[in-house]
Parts: sequence; C-alpha cells; structure tokens
Amino acid sequence: MTSLPANPGAKRLGLVIDLDTCVGCHACAVHCKEWNSGGIAGPLTDLDPYDTEPDGVWFNRVHSFEVGEGAAGRTVHFPRSCLHCAEPACVTVCPTGASYKRAEDGIVLVNEALCIGCKLCSWACPYGAREFDGNEGVMKKCTLCIDRIYNETLDPADRVPACVATCPVSARHFGDLGDPQSEVSRLVAERGGYDLMPELGYAPTNKYLPPRRRCDTAIAAELPDAAPAGGFLGWLDRLLSG
Amino acid sequence: MHPAASIIVFTTLSGAGYGLVFWLGIAAAGGWLRGDRGFGAAALGLALVAVTAGLLASTFHLGRPERAWRAVSQWRSSWLSREGVASLATYIPIGLFAWGWVVRGSTGGFSGACALLAAAGAAATVVCTAHIYRSLEPIAAWSNAWVPANYLALAAMTGALWLTALAAIFAVDATAAAWLAIAAILVAAGLKLGYWRHIDRAPGISTAESATGLGSIGRVRLFEAPHTSENYLLKEMGFRVARKHARKLRRIAAALAFALPLLLMLSVLALDDWPRLVAALAAALLGTGGVLIERWLFFAEAKHTVTLYYGAARA
Repeated sequence: MTSLPANPGAKRLGLVIDLDTCVGCHACAVHCKEWNSGGIAGPLTDLDPYDTEPDGVWFNRVHSFEVGEGAAGRTVHFPRSCLHCAEPACVTVCPTGASYKRAEDGIVLVNEALCIGCKLCSWACPYGAREFDGNEGVMKKCTLCIDRIYNETLDPADRVPACVATCPVSARHFGDLGDPQSEVSRLVAERGGYDLMPELGYAPTNKYLPPRRRCDTAIAAELPDAAPAGGFLGWLDRLLSG
Repeated sequence: MHPAASIIVFTTLSGAGYGLVFWLGIAAAGGWLRGDRGFGAAALGLALVAVTAGLLASTFHLGRPERAWRAVSQWRSSWLSREGVASLATYIPIGLFAWGWVVRGSTGGFSGACALLAAAGAAATVVCTAHIYRSLEPIAAWSNAWVPANYLALAAMTGALWLTALAAIFAVDATAAAWLAIAAILVAAGLKLGYWRHIDRAPGISTAESATGLGSIGRVRLFEAPHTSENYLLKEMGFRVARKHARKLRRIAAALAFALPLLLMLSVLALDDWPRLVAALAAALLGTGGVLIERWLFFAEAKHTVTLYYGAARA
C-alpha cells in the first residue's frame, strides 16, 4: 500500500548528522556498504568495480562543499542518505506498493519482490536517496539498518545503524525524533538542527546540525613581525638591527 | 533528466493515439462522424496500434517488466498507477465503439455512448500521464500547471493531424478535420511557447544553500564529489542539454510540430485529390516527429534538485 499510514505512530526513528564534527572520512559510507551488502537490501551491486568507470549502489554518500568566501570560508563535509521523510513522495508515487512507510517507526522501505524498477520513486526524491540496481532491476535505499536496530542477536550497544556505529568522531546520532525528550531531539533543539530543502514540503525526519560559529579573533589578517623587547631574542633583534 | 527513448516514444505515440480516439469519439457522439466501416477500421485500428505500441514501449525501461501488471494496484496514491488503470479501462469503450462502427456499421445510439466514454477515457489517460510529471516537486520544469495543459494540447494536436490524414485518404470531410487541426495547432503552439517561457523564468526554488542548509555561512559550491565516476543519480537525473542546443532544438521542434503542419493544413484546405493527401500525410508525420523532439527536450531541459549536491546552484 503506497498511501501513507493513516495513523502514523509517535515514534519517528532517524539520524541527526553533525556537520561541525564530520571530518569527511567516508567511513559511514563504507560501513553502510559493507553491512547492507549482506543485509536485507543486499547485494548492493557494483558494476565494473575494477574498471575506469565503476558504478555501484550506495545508500550513503559524502559530499564536500566550500562555503563562504575568503577568510570566512570553510570546507564542510556533508553525508547524504535517506531522510525517512514524514511526507515521502517516493512512497506515494510508487505504482506497485513496493515502497512503503512503516506506521510504527516511520522507516521508509522498498519491498524488492514487488518493485518493477520504474525508477519513478528516485525521480520523486529531492535528496537522491534512492539508487537503482541495474543488475537486479529493482530500486534500493537506506533501511536505517532495520536488520541491526531491532536485531536481538546483537549486543544492545550495536543496535544502531552501521553508519552511526562506525563514525570515528560521533558525528552521527540515531534515535527517536518523534519523542521531544529523546537525546537526539534535545541535540536538535540545543544546536539548531534543521531540515534539508524544507521548501519542498517533504518534512524530513533526519536533521542536520550546523557547523558552529568560528572564533574570528583566532585569525588576524596579517601576522605581525616578531619584535621582542628583552631576553635572548631581544638581544638578537638589537644585534641584527644594528 | 535522462531522456529515455522508451518513454519519449511511449508518450508521443500514445498521446497521438488517444488524441485520435478523442476526436473520433467526440465526432461520433455529436453525430458528425462520416465515413464507412473501412474508415472506422483504419482510424480506430491506427489509434489502437499507437496506444498499444506506446504502452508496450513504456515497459521497456522497467527493471522488471514481467511484474508490470502490479502497476495497476496503487491507484489511490500513484498517478503512474492511475495511468495504467485508465489506459486499460479505456480499451473497453474503444473496443465497443469499434465493434459498433466497424461490425454493426453504426456510430449512434449505444456506439455513440461508447464513443463518448472512449473520448473521456482517452483524455483521462493523457491527464494521468501528465500528472506523473506534474506531481514531481523536485523537478521545477515539470511541477507546474503548464505540463498537463501541454500534454493534452499536444495529444489533441497530433490526434487531429492523424485524423486529417485519414480523412484525406478515405476522402471524407478532410476540410473539417483540417480546420480542427489548425485550431489544435494554434492552441498547442501557444501553450508550448508559454511553457518554455515559464521554465526560463522560473528555474526552481531550491538552491545549493537550501539543499545543504549552509546558506547562513555563505555561498555553497561543490569542493569534492563523493565518487569519481558517474553513478545512477548522475546518469538518470544529471542529464542536461546545453543551453545553446536547447534553443536550437526548440526552434526545430516548433517548426516541425507547429509551423510546417500549420502551413500544410492550410494547403489541405486549398488543395484537392492527391496533393491534398500528400500534404495531410506529411503534416501528420512532421507533427509527430516534432512532438518527439519536444518530448526529448521536455526531459533534457528538466533539472532535478539532486544536482544541487553535485555542483548546480539552483534547481
């Protein structure tokens, strides 16, 4: 059923991604690929992996952007994956019922057994979260590691998405964004977490935390010449100036 | 957006086929339909071949064509599914209309009622096709009211051109059909020019800044892409025709789809016998060719918001 759940539950599982701490190492993308190649959405097909034009399915991509100009400019690493939107048009456009949004936790999934590979869902996603598997003829997407987060055979500490488990700087946080008291919701409130492309009305569940303001006093426009008044360097300065 | 040949052929052919069904249905229901069973067999046969070939072509771009039947299940939410339902349902009144006209030799009464239903089904199917594109918010060039108007007008125009060609072949009322085609060309040309003006002036509301949320720091531009070669997203949604080629192709499409068929329709009014036949056939072929180019441009000029993550400034 590709209509959205009539009575969505209060629980909205998702990610909070901290653009201040992300170092752009791509470990999240790599662990995502590793876990999901063997998980319920696997295989994540790679075509010509050792050729000049490799092309494969990834659920997580890390872009790097230059933002701002001159001394105020900075590099921001930007991981991009499914945002598990509250208004996912990728689900409602699906003609077969393969795409669906779970009422109990808001996760958006693809039932690959029903997918005809028409690709319309990937057109409907503004964020490029869905990637077509040309080998299997079906659409694939982030599952929020549904086979980890509810997996009782894993240690409770590991019941988080692979990208979250692996991030070396803890830039990725997983939790219930429908609960205002959850750690992730509090983080969003404290740090001014925001939605991507809110103007399109998809109401993404995942939030991004902005880079913190940089301390401007740390960088002077030009470094002054060293002119120590006393001590050895002062003596050296007087000697060389003489 | 990547202009997939199967979708371009599908929307052009099925549009022309449904346009033809629409005009035949209206003519039959209004009691204006002339022509014997041979004309009926040729006209409805051509329409059915075009519509069916188009629908089959549309399955060629599927990853799993053998599951295509599943696509009629989600009509509650999906315009693609509604299109499938409408196109299949429309076969029933077209079939009954054809049976009444070709087998029983009647286009009034029950046949006329079926003809009217066929016309309504044809229009509904084209509306559904257009709304597949209209409903895609990430693509500003598609997500506007010009799109359904253009799809309907171009289907009506190609249908009227084919109707004129058939009327010329069977020597029935080609003059009336040519006047209809002239009106349809003028409406379609106006709407297409309006569409092109609109997409030039409204390039989309999303920017690299809104896509990343980093606009408060400053202008956002891509420093390093996530991958070194093209992926599915760039192949499917990163396609964009160069602006100078788009201008040239628009002129070619406008000449083939509107200007030449208009001149040829005017000559249909003036000519007789075989020159009239040649003019009418040429107009149908050129017009359909022009719509094929127009449809290619409809995809090639459309820009998806995912390109904002790959260096585009606005989409």
